[in-house]
Amino acid sequence: MNRNHWLILIFLLAGVIACKKEVIEAFAGFRKPSYFPAPAYHFETNEITEDGFKLGRKLFYDRILSANNTISCGSCHIQTAAFTQHGHKVSHGIFDRTGVRNSPPIMNLAWSTSFMWDGGIFDLDLQPVAPITNHVEMDDSMINVLNKLRNDATYPTLFKQAFGSTEINSTKFLKALSQFMLMCVSSNSRYDSVKRKQTTFTPEEEQGYAIFKQQCNTCHTEPLFTDNSFRNNGLAISALNDMGRYKITLNEADKYKFKVPSLRNLAHTLPYMHDGRLFTLEAVLDHYTGQVQQTPNLDTFFLQHSQPGIPLTADERAKLLLFLNTLNDRSFLTNKMLSEQ
Amino acid sequence: MKRVFIPAIAAIIVLSSCKKDTITPSEYDSSKKAELSVEFDNIAGSADLLLNTGNYTNASGESFKVTKLKYYVSNFKLTNINGTEYTVPQDSCYFLIDESDEATHEPVLRIPEGEYRSVTFTLGVDSLRNTKDISQRTGVLDPTGVGSDMYWSWNSGYIFLKMEGTSPASMMGDFMYHIGLFGGMSAPTINNIKTITLDLTARGTPKIKTGKSTNIHLMVDILKLFNGSTNFSIADHSMVMVDPFSTTIASNYVSMFRHDHTEN
Repeated sequence: MNRNHWLILIFLLAGVIACKKEVIEAFAGFRKPSYFPAPAYHFETNEITEDGFKLGRKLFYDRILSANNTISCGSCHIQTAAFTQHGHKVSHGIFDRTGVRNSPPIMNLAWSTSFMWDGGIFDLDLQPVAPITNHVEMDDSMINVLNKLRNDATYPTLFKQAFGSTEINSTKFLKALSQFMLMCVSSNSRYDSVKRKQTTFTPEEEQGYAIFKQQCNTCHTEPLFTDNSFRNNGLAISALNDMGRYKITLNEADKYKFKVPSLRNLAHTLPYMHDGRLFTLEAVLDHYTGQVQQTPNLDTFFLQHSQPGIPLTADERAKLLLFLNTLNDRSFLTNKMLSEQ
Repeated sequence: MKRVFIPAIAAIIVLSSCKKDTITPSEYDSSKKAELSVEFDNIAGSADLLLNTGNYTNASGESFKVTKLKYYVSNFKLTNINGTEYTVPQDSCYFLIDESDEATHEPVLRIPEGEYRSVTFTLGVDSLRNTKDISQRTGVLDPTGVGSDMYWSWNSGYIFLKMEGTSPASMMGDFMYHIGLFGGMSAPTINNIKTITLDLTARGTPKIKTGKSTNIHLMVDILKLFNGSTNFSIADHSMVMVDPFSTTIASNYVSMFRHDHTEN
């Protein structure tokens, strides 16, 4: 071996090491922002690995998960819309069928204590079974989906990389999807920069923040901007008469209650409410300031004034909106790591 | 001294061996396990249940046919005639009885040798298992496999019993009873988990012994689902799933089971 050969070899080795290092740096795993509470998810039963996450991501964006291979999870949970579906009041599924509820964002689910607008699912690992088997969403059976994956050219290898063997079963499938969803952490909004003391609010935003803390934070509790509870926010009862949480608990006191959604990325998660009936944030504020209805189990927070709701002046509304828009996290919407590859 | 000693030792030996005989019957060795099969023989009143073809009548006088009957039985416990209880290890103790699949009608348990006076089991799936990690939901409990027909994906929990069929009494022409609800995870819900204990002394106690297989034959009368502590009609309740009325059906179906005979 002459000197040139050695140089080439060293170069190649350096290249390999550099590549490897880059990969390690690119995938940092799950990180809890310091000012977030402890996650609710049981990481001890599902350790996030790079290969598991990548497998989950591929599954999330794969149309093979639906009956006629046309709909993926990502079809109704679009990253640029904070993993919701724009332009649809209720989710638009397979064969142009529509559901009865608005597709919620996939965001900070590690801190979520229940899933779906009615909280009917209590474990993130069990969540994907619902849309995959729902008649109006992906309308497939899990047995069929797993068989499609087993017969696929690449999945057995990817399952081996992630979980040590080419065997494909429901546990691995669901754990991989959880790994991807758990990594969908939104914590880089202007609000977060302020929390990390990297910047400060403008005086108007600061005033909006004060209004928020007084009027909204009870339910949309920071830093996740939800307290994970179920409440009736006084929407008029629709023709469908969706009773929300009651469908799960059969408890009269839960009629017309729905999960409090997070306000993070709110500029991108329109339309609003469980059935997507409000198209703009102005319409949402119109509802809270003057259109709250006295329906069964209306949250008592709205009953502190002569008229149900939250009275706000035009100036207060404007400042509140300025604050709320600091919750938008552009990096989350554009993070390539979370995109279809 | 020596003379006294020998008879004393002999007496002790005799006594101790006698004592041993009365405490442990020589025929059973409780350290050994043997098979007990529990047969779930689904019937409708005095007739064998025939899916799709059999025509039956409930106490409300409504005729009906059954197209599907499935239920979970789990957490078996057997009580020995001397009162000792044996609980079958939980992981190997979940069974899905499916009328359309004969292979499921006779779960086999492995229990210590002995003679048993009663059997106890859960109709459904215990609340703890309803909340377990997906990796611990295998076999008939796999909500994505065999158990997918017996699981509410939108309301995490197992369906304990499913009976579907047709009846002219139903406005829609059919009926569906999907009975579940384990008490809730984050908020309390109805709890339809039922524990059933059957006496085995009147119709023949099973005698479990290595080298032979023993069978207890249970009759499961589906008419009791309609006719029980509260009779109900298909006309009034043709679709019952996550519904307050599910408690009435669950209270009725507890009495479906009776011990018919034992094959020793």
